[in-house]
Amino acid sequence: MAVRSTPSHEPPRGDGRLVSPDVLRVNDLSVHYHTPGGAVRAADGITFGVRAQERLGIAGESGSGKSTLALALLRLIKAPGRIEAGEVWLDGRDLMTLSDEEMRRLRLARIALVPQGSMNSLNPVLRIRDQVADALRDHGVEITGRQHDERLRDLLARVGLGPAVAGMFPHQLSGGMKQRACIAIAMSLSPKVIVADEPTSALDVVVQRQVMDTLAVAQADLGASVILVGHDMGLMAQFVDRLGVMYAGRLVEISRVRDVFSEPLHPYTRMLIASLPSLDRKGAFRGIPGLPPPLRNLPAGCAFHPRCPLAVDRCRRETPALRETRPDGWAACHLA
Amino acid sequence: MAALLEARHVTKTFGGGLLDRTHTVALRGFSLALVEGRASVTAVVGESGSGKTTLARLLLGLLAPTAGQVSYRGQDLTAMSRAQRRTFRREVQAIFQDPYEVYNPFYRVDHVLSVPVHKFGLAGSRAQARRLIEDALRAVGLRPEETLGRFPHQLSGGQRQRVMVARALLLRPRVILADEPVSMVDASLRATILGALRQMTVDLQIPVVYITHDLATAYQVAENIVVLYRGAVVEAGDVELVVKTPRHPYTRLLIGSIPAPSVERTWATGGPPAQPSPRLASAADGCPFEDRCPDAMPTCRTSVPPLLRTETHRAVACFLYRDAPVLPPQEMVATFTQAGLPPARPPDRPCRPHG
Repeated sequence: MAVRSTPSHEPPRGDGRLVSPDVLRVNDLSVHYHTPGGAVRAADGITFGVRAQERLGIAGESGSGKSTLALALLRLIKAPGRIEAGEVWLDGRDLMTLSDEEMRRLRLARIALVPQGSMNSLNPVLRIRDQVADALRDHGVEITGRQHDERLRDLLARVGLGPAVAGMFPHQLSGGMKQRACIAIAMSLSPKVIVADEPTSALDVVVQRQVMDTLAVAQADLGASVILVGHDMGLMAQFVDRLGVMYAGRLVEISRVRDVFSEPLHPYTRMLIASLPSLDRKGAFRGIPGLPPPLRNLPAGCAFHPRCPLAVDRCRRETPALRETRPDGWAACHLA
Repeated sequence: MAALLEARHVTKTFGGGLLDRTHTVALRGFSLALVEGRASVTAVVGESGSGKTTLARLLLGLLAPTAGQVSYRGQDLTAMSRAQRRTFRREVQAIFQDPYEVYNPFYRVDHVLSVPVHKFGLAGSRAQARRLIEDALRAVGLRPEETLGRFPHQLSGGQRQRVMVARALLLRPRVILADEPVSMVDASLRATILGALRQMTVDLQIPVVYITHDLATAYQVAENIVVLYRGAVVEAGDVELVVKTPRHPYTRLLIGSIPAPSVERTWATGGPPAQPSPRLASAADGCPFEDRCPDAMPTCRTSVPPLLRTETHRAVACFLYRDAPVLPPQEMVATFTQAGLPPARPPDRPCRPHG
């Protein structure tokens, strides 16, 4: 166990090259939104790694900072938000130190986003063909019409769409087809990491499953890693290999998904799982008392302590750090 | 026991006339009867475009059916007198999906609670009104001192939705119609809100219609379930039967597609599910699921399967079960489990103090 690819607090090697098998590594990343009422700490000190060809889930409820984290990985945070600190290492480079132009070229080519709500992320007045061409041209891929048509047909086939879709406008496609078109665009330059931010939140369950199957096939095709960001713990259980859980802007647990569901380390994770309605047993369905804290005014110590049935004095004073409490299982809890 | 709210063979089409080929059938031949004075939760489950919101609007009298009739205490909703409508508005309460839209941002939260108290004359004095409101808030797990006097934006989505449940409770309704009440609420709060809703049905001994796309919560709160697909009932009956051993190919597909929050219960491996058809169904001459169905037969294309009573507590609209007797529409409720919910809690119940 020479190098742990799960969160570690060691800084990267001096020459900036990582020996870890991680494809993407996030160190101490913080994003704050600066509002008139004060700084909102949407993501605070996030550290984790993504392994080669791994599917990593980042789960959290609304306001937990999961979408902020997804956008920060691609440096797509807009004002009043700002990345305050941290590093994101990909291909031996810290994305946070790149110029805007370098970062723009890296997006899509090395790290691609499947955005939330495909309905709104496609340009309504461009045919799918032209949207893909735009993306490619923007990254210096100049190909002629026929080559492009062939490449596009191949790309669409890989996400299970017929060639006719190339000539269609977004409004002619169903929600699931649009989301698959977005996956096709995301994979068009064979990125190493695909960040999927709630890719199916607006879709029906039957279509959702098709889109997730498509994403799985695309990932296997490319040999890419996927970071799936979302609130649906069911989707996480079905799709990811490892799962990180966020609460009030912090990563409170990150473990193998099997372990998260069988033996959650953090009390929040345990209560979140207990709050999910099951199709197997009736009555196994309990809410978490209380509410998430306002991010502008977090309680002292562990942000979960006001809702935690196990909280002790230390939880009210000291913010717990994320530490490895079992092999490949990390939790930010004094009691874990 | 008489039917309180009843839909009889209700069809709703949008656009064009009945003979126009371009019209969309949002709901087709829907029948349901809610019995007075017994606690029960009936879930109506469907994906987007299945007609569930149309159904909610029809049952509330906000839409008039194209064919068929919706009645309350035997009175057609489209032909009610002023007085009857007033009674209907009080006795049939709705809880909607969006706990943001129903509030006027310029009024304090108290407003949505005090207006119905005044309008329907529920309280004799200010103090009594205040007490009614506070009791209703406590019953849904909210602390009155932390809720009243606030503006809607100062409450979370979960709190706002619980205020709406409290409002419904305040009016002591005879029927509650909840249209996706928790779809915009976080998982950790859903259980609490649905628990409050269910407790209300027990306390008031009233029927609730819970309209949702989420089969898992439907299974948790309901005894009876109606599965809609493209405006038609495909399967209905006892929720245990329908969820554990679905019979209609669509219900099977739906249940098989739900991502269960468990690493043991995984999405069945095997071929990808059938392609959804992007067209809106308007052909009235076949089964609405025929184009996606793995078991489709020639008859499915040419005739609409009626609801067939496969078991005492279940009906399925599928020709796979053509040996079963046809269920007359007015007998839909007869397939439902009559067991109902436990009797009302004693009045000195403890309140869950969290909020």
